[in-house]
Amino acid sequence: MNATVAVTTFLAAGIEVIEMVAIVVAVGSTRSWRAALVGAAGGLVVLAALITVLGTALRDVPLQPIRLVVGALLLVFGLQWLRKGVLRIAAQGWAIGQGEEHVDESDVPPDGFDWTGFVLSFKGVTLEGLEIAIIVVAVGGASGAIGSAIIGAAAAVIVLAAVGAATYRLIARIPRRALQLFVGSLLSAFGTFWAALGVGVRWPGGDLALLYLVALYACTGVVLLHFVRRWQAPPGRHDRTATSEEVR
Amino acid sequence: MIVVRWIRAFARFWIDFIVGDDWTVAATVLGRSWSPGGSSDRGIPAWWFLPAAVIGITVVSLRRATKEARRPTPPR
Repeated sequence: MNATVAVTTFLAAGIEVIEMVAIVVAVGSTRSWRAALVGAAGGLVVLAALITVLGTALRDVPLQPIRLVVGALLLVFGLQWLRKGVLRIAAQGWAIGQGEEHVDESDVPPDGFDWTGFVLSFKGVTLEGLEIAIIVVAVGGASGAIGSAIIGAAAAVIVLAAVGAATYRLIARIPRRALQLFVGSLLSAFGTFWAALGVGVRWPGGDLALLYLVALYACTGVVLLHFVRRWQAPPGRHDRTATSEEVR
Repeated sequence: MIVVRWIRAFARFWIDFIVGDDWTVAATVLGRSWSPGGSSDRGIPAWWFLPAAVIGITVVSLRRATKEARRPTPPR
């Protein structure tokens, strides 16, 4: 086994696996675990079929249009959640704990299968998985050690999926409305990152852009809470507050 | 008949998925997503265009939503 190739692939694929696990855990925590896991499994099946059919020709798959389409759809959907999260927290405050409230019925169908959660998870896993497969083919093929590259990537998937499985209970403790705002920021950040990459934009810091985009959108959401509360307040309320402060 | 119903449900799912509560958000995001590459050629870093558009349309959409929520409903 070529250890250098295995470690290189582990690290390179690890970044993609973290992104994949983040999307699945986020969708599972906020919508439906069943839909998120079925979507992830569906994505893996499609990926396995693509790898089997295309093999080393995967290197020629045009990633840019796929990133653009998947990114734009994720961004549109992520923004809907960010917007909903801000409106709900502004109107009803931060929830105390999960389980004490339910997501709006319009979010997740109470009886049927959550297709939205499925599609989100499916797209995330397929796109990230495709990138992992291309890393394996590129690194392994270039160095003539495809077996070591597969071992490195598989180790990254197993280790980081285990970390995701171990931490999802912690995420489940976060109040749902807060989670909705944060997951909206997360999906919007992924969507922005991929859509811009798809049209040839280069992000400062490369993949680190995901971190500052999540932070930017989450902070924007929190700042907007303040403004939305003011906009939601009945007319004249600020005047009365000002008057009472003047009396003191 | 079942096929027609299935196609309708499928179309409705994607419209809900993409358009959501505010179609202007989807229109802005999709329009902006397809265009930020152009200015990279002119030497202007284009990476901030899309996040700026996203934040801008979110503010506008939230302002509109709160205005609509405050509008009194007409008596029946």
